[in-house]
Amino acid sequence: MAGKRSIRDARAGRLMFFMTSACALIVVFMAAGLLIKSFPVLRANSPAQILFSDSWSPLKGEFGMLAFIAGTVWVTGLSALIAMPVSLFSAIYLSEYAPSWLRKISRPFMDVLAGIPSVVFGVWGILIIVPLVRDCIAPFFGVYSSGYSILAASIVLAVMVFPIIIQITIEVFHSIPGELRDASLSLGATKWQTIKLVLLRKALPGIIAANVLGFSRAFGETMAVLMVAGNIPAIPHSPLDAGYPLPALIANNYGEMLSIPLYDSALMLAALVLFLIVIMFNLLSRYILSRINLRAA
Amino acid sequence: MKETSHLRTENLTVSYGGAEALKNINVEIPEKQITAIIGPSGCGKSTLLKSFNRLLEENDGVKISGRVLVDGADIYSDSEDITCIRKKMGLLSQRPYPLPMSIYDNIAFGPRIHGMKKKAGLDRLVEKYLSLAGLWDEVKDRLNEPASRLSIGQQQRLCLARGLAVEPEIILADEPTSALDPKSSQKIEEEFKKLKSDYTIIIVTHILRQARRLADYVLFIYLGELIEHGPSRQIFESPREQVTREYIQGVIS
Amino acid sequence: MTSRKKIEELFFKCLMVLSLLAVMGSLVLIIGTVIYKGAGSMSLDMITSTPEGGYYLGKKGGILNAIAGSLILTGIATVAAIALALPLALYINLYRARRSRFAEMVRLSMDFLWGIPSIVYGAFGFSVMIFLGIRASLLGGIIAVTLLIIPIMARAIDEAVSLVPRELLDSSYSLGATRFEAAFKIVVRQCLPGIVSAVLIAFGRGIGDAASVLFTAGFSDRIPLSLSEPAATLPLAIFFQLGTPFPEVRDRAYASALILTVIILALSITARVLASRFNRHIIK
Repeated sequence: MAGKRSIRDARAGRLMFFMTSACALIVVFMAAGLLIKSFPVLRANSPAQILFSDSWSPLKGEFGMLAFIAGTVWVTGLSALIAMPVSLFSAIYLSEYAPSWLRKISRPFMDVLAGIPSVVFGVWGILIIVPLVRDCIAPFFGVYSSGYSILAASIVLAVMVFPIIIQITIEVFHSIPGELRDASLSLGATKWQTIKLVLLRKALPGIIAANVLGFSRAFGETMAVLMVAGNIPAIPHSPLDAGYPLPALIANNYGEMLSIPLYDSALMLAALVLFLIVIMFNLLSRYILSRINLRAA
Repeated sequence: MKETSHLRTENLTVSYGGAEALKNINVEIPEKQITAIIGPSGCGKSTLLKSFNRLLEENDGVKISGRVLVDGADIYSDSEDITCIRKKMGLLSQRPYPLPMSIYDNIAFGPRIHGMKKKAGLDRLVEKYLSLAGLWDEVKDRLNEPASRLSIGQQQRLCLARGLAVEPEIILADEPTSALDPKSSQKIEEEFKKLKSDYTIIIVTHILRQARRLADYVLFIYLGELIEHGPSRQIFESPREQVTREYIQGVIS
Repeated sequence: MTSRKKIEELFFKCLMVLSLLAVMGSLVLIIGTVIYKGAGSMSLDMITSTPEGGYYLGKKGGILNAIAGSLILTGIATVAAIALALPLALYINLYRARRSRFAEMVRLSMDFLWGIPSIVYGAFGFSVMIFLGIRASLLGGIIAVTLLIIPIMARAIDEAVSLVPRELLDSSYSLGATRFEAAFKIVVRQCLPGIVSAVLIAFGRGIGDAASVLFTAGFSDRIPLSLSEPAATLPLAIFFQLGTPFPEVRDRAYASALILTVIILALSITARVLASRFNRHIIK
């Protein structure tokens, strides 16, 4: 009884199922591929050696990544420190205080900011932020810095993640029912008290999730960081030192030094670490967000 | 009053994720009459209607048991082609949802997917069904405009015409006037009265007066159960069950 | 008491305004810097000619190779990504129950992919290429960028498709349409604004990304004419020109950054204009 159209429909369904599954499995293939590729270096060096040693000399077969891990932690952490308050305050202002015209123009503004390629951020960093660090900030603290530093990378990264964090935070604030504001205001609270005591508390999980997503982006950002962080493979001791985060390590070396044994395996391990940490960030923010949804329901 | 049944359910039970929305419904819907399904909101009226053309199974977590027979054939049996079953039944939903295309294409969509390709034939169908839905005179000069530009009342009549164009035998209408102003509602009701000479019409409504005005036959559903059914006059004037009486008198709603 | 409350509110309001100014100001500063530095060394040659001998030492030429390379590479990758992401979004919304376990697994997977840094795509893409025996080439770049933008497109299209009213689907099914017909004749039209903006966003992300093409696409001074030739891309052209010690070449890097920024801004504006243009058939 099934007509020609139904057969075509079923056929298309099977094809689409196949395509969809293939796309969904990319993440699995990636994990598997990275794991297989990083296996040799894991066999030659113990994980502790790789994670906690800072002796990076591929020619001698030493692949201690501590300096790069430290660089990544420094850069991501510092950018979080800069981006968190600024994005939170901006988001509160945009969702609670700003006149409607400002709200209206801020959206395309954020979209454009989010769309600027990281190379352009890097160019901007080299032209503005690096000289700023070199000529103003470092002399202020009485130290010499080339400007190509953790601090410069963090500032550039912070600007890159502003739109991500701000947009999600605004959405979180919008999801808070208006009745809650009305209730607090009608108890005689000022607008700021309402925000501080009611809205922020209610929005906290969402704000955390927004920040986690933002930092997972900052964490894996390669090009802009590569261009301004300085790339010296040593453990940094201050924000004004140069750093060498993991993504920059991969970008600078991959594809060139494949003749050195285990080198490409070590770089794949670095990619695997990035992959796993980003997925952990993602799961964490999902977990937080799903808990708010449950509570709201 | 002797009529033949067009659609019949046998032990129809529907549950959403474990909760039973319809319990053991056994009913016969008479041919070429208007049957109204009445009852309080959330009691399963729309569920019953959507089980008639297998739209329910598009939703998540729905379990259906029992049989729905149209002209004696079980529409839930595997050998039936679902698109043919649905083609037999036109659906009019609460709010009009014109397809995202022009007025002309809205009507021509159904005939086209069912194999009609000739321009002249399509032109004729478009005119015929728009006229049947009482919309032709209003739109004949702007058939290529997007359907979204029509007023909401016109959109609902467009949806009616669109449904008629696939030549169904049964029209399923789910509170078809609830989004419309009184004038447009009246037009739809008039269309129904005209159409019942050729079609079996099943209408879900929570407006008792509308059921009284239109229906020949009435089904009263309460909390997922079919409480009673019978000719309109009998249900409205001498209901057998206490709940039906209370609902009709407005004690419960 | 009241005045303390007021002062506190005023203080925080100032902080908020300052923060917002910092955010908006940095965008203005970025665009301003790129225009100011880029316009100075901009010339017709930059966009109409390919590098000539000694270009990277400051001799004549332009970056047409990179502009064309980027457009070709990202264009093909975008088409490939639509071909996968559109059926994916339609499938999990129409063929499967919208909230079914399968659909949610696919969404989860797309979310993971979306978050993965592009350098990982680059590294992964490169090892896939080694495995398949492909050298750094246009094809390699296309593979990496396609993988990179599939999740962006899939998520955006999924979002648009999941907003299609249930009743519109019911209406199409009631007319006897199969899922396939409902998907490609009704839903695609209904979601056209969403799909178009998804495509443009993905294109923008693809053309601006450097890390994914760094090892996969290679670099060349010629416009690529076949899939197996290496292809220059704009982000890498900027990066490499900045890396030279010659001021003239670095100035050209700024001009190249301006070109890339203009392309991105144009995409974003086009997305807005088209989205409003395609709205005419949509019932909200």
